[in-house]
Amino acid sequence: MTPEPAGIVVVGASLAGLRGAEALRRGGYDGPLTLVGAEPHRPYDRPPLSKHVLAGALEADATRLPELTSLRARWRLGSAAVALDRAARTVRLADGSVLAYDKLLVATGAQARPWPAETGGDLAGIHTLRGRDDARTLRTALVAGPRHVLIVGAGLIGCEAASCLRDLGLPVTLADPHPAPLANSFGTFVGGVIAGCLRDAGAVFRPGTQVKAFEGDAAGRVVRARLADGSALEADLVIAALGAVRATGWLRRADLMADPGGLTCDAACRARAADGTACPDIYAAGDVARWPIPLYEGRLVCVEHWGNAVEQASHAARNMLAGPGDQRPYTHLPAFWSSQFGINIKLVGLTAGADSVAVVQGSRASRRFLAVYGQAGRSIAALSFDQARWLPAYAGAILAGAAFPPILDATDQPRIERADPGFSPSRASASAPRPVEVFHA
Amino acid sequence: MKSVGRAGALRVVVDLNRCQGYAQCCYVAPDDFALRGHEILFYDPAPAAARRGTIERAVQACPVRAISLQAAPDDGEAP
Ligand SMILES: Cc1cc2nc3c(=O)[nH]c(=O)nc-3n(C[C@H](O)[C@H](O)[C@H](O)COP(=O)(O)OP(=O)(O)OC[C@H]3O[C@@H](n4cnc5c(N)ncnc54)[C@H](O)[C@@H]3O)c2cc1C
Ligand code: SF4
Repeated sequence: MTPEPAGIVVVGASLAGLRGAEALRRGGYDGPLTLVGAEPHRPYDRPPLSKHVLAGALEADATRLPELTSLRARWRLGSAAVALDRAARTVRLADGSVLAYDKLLVATGAQARPWPAETGGDLAGIHTLRGRDDARTLRTALVAGPRHVLIVGAGLIGCEAASCLRDLGLPVTLADPHPAPLANSFGTFVGGVIAGCLRDAGAVFRPGTQVKAFEGDAAGRVVRARLADGSALEADLVIAALGAVRATGWLRRADLMADPGGLTCDAACRARAADGTACPDIYAAGDVARWPIPLYEGRLVCVEHWGNAVEQASHAARNMLAGPGDQRPYTHLPAFWSSQFGINIKLVGLTAGADSVAVVQGSRASRRFLAVYGQAGRSIAALSFDQARWLPAYAGAILAGAAFPPILDATDQPRIERADPGFSPSRASASAPRPVEVFHA
Repeated sequence: MKSVGRAGALRVVVDLNRCQGYAQCCYVAPDDFALRGHEILFYDPAPAAARRGTIERAVQACPVRAISLQAAPDDGEAP
């Protein structure tokens, strides 16, 4: 088959793909531009899915993202990329067509980690929440009035879903192997506040709970979860909120540093080949990218948050248009928000590796506070529960590598008490049940 | 807030990292932006096309420029 004409191809038509394509046009790129998307939809926004869409305040298809620049792009939606040939500079799509590229932006994001089929993942009534179609299906199932909803995994999406379901008056149990909700993100010191919110909202939180398998009825519908201790939990609707797997399956044979943990990039967002060299014509951005973060000693991270997708995509696009001698490193302060139980939660920085935490504004008891995380005497992250206006000052302190606890005039505490943030010692291994890693496509 | 969620709608997104909950948008366009709880901004990402003027004023009113509005009318899902 003769390849179609080259230009820039963006694979992944969601937040990073869209904002990257816009930045290419804004940066003066005038050549052919193609966006390839596995989903049949134009780019849409995911954060509302686990919040206002589940709660019924927004329709799933109301979340289409504004397109902020005239893209003059060819859209190849509903057909996933299935293979990359770096030597030929082509991408093959599921429909058999082949797209040639001069430069490629990988923005395939991540997928919800599914529950494995061998332990009941195929039963009807088990849901994951990543895309707009997932949200619509789940919303329909919720409206039907399930009797026992079980959410497995008390991460951000699990907790947001629990909050929405309680607003809908549905009975909810939230099970997680950790002692507190959001333990991976915030540690148990702060996670305990969310445990209190769950309790007050009438949800049942089951800490230290390992779900082993799901069992179904004769019709193949889930009826209960089997736990590691042998006991069972009744459930006619399950939300498996087990985190995400980066969508790198289509890169499997491309000889890149790609695996379910992400596509490794250099500081300039260029994908690394298996031998470690940076590919001059392949860039990555958003949830799929694993990159060395300068602010944290160049540690490799995937930052699976909205703000990173926007900023990294623009940065990658800028470097794609710049010469080899003008490749700027991506320096980003990670940040995200969540809303649950009526609280606006915002984090700046990365909490991983924190050895201390201190409340510098407000109190955990009031559920309005600002907490700073420290590692080896340095402030590394700041977390706000309904105290957003203080956050920018602390973001500045983190960027500046300020001492922990940071001395800012703003504190309203008589004295700043340091506490153990309560991260589990082996955060990687102690998370939600880990089924085998799955590849897309 | 009545989202239309189809061709013809406006497309709005707010950068909620940047948003400081100042609520200026809520004063200007109370039918499209509202604070819930102390500082959760709830907004309609797909308001009816007739609301463009109001939304544009909200975009201008935001002190941290957190609100983005698609300039061109939505062309529906057609690629
Ligand atoms: C329910 C939910 C709630 C969230 N809430 C928040 C929040 O409150 N705050 C926050 O900061 N972040 C939040 N996030 C995270 C945020 O949405 C993501 O960081 C962001 O969507 C990442 O954008 P992306 O474009 O990199 O990846 P994605 O949005 O995952 O998009 C990747 C796209 O690539 C497509 N794709 C995958 N494989 C292929 C292939 N082989 N070929 C072609 N296309 C492919 C996918 O179908 C998808 O459309 C939330 C995420 C979810 C799922
Ligand atoms: S005016 Fe801007 S900062 Fe204030 S609530 Fe609206 S979007 Fe947020």
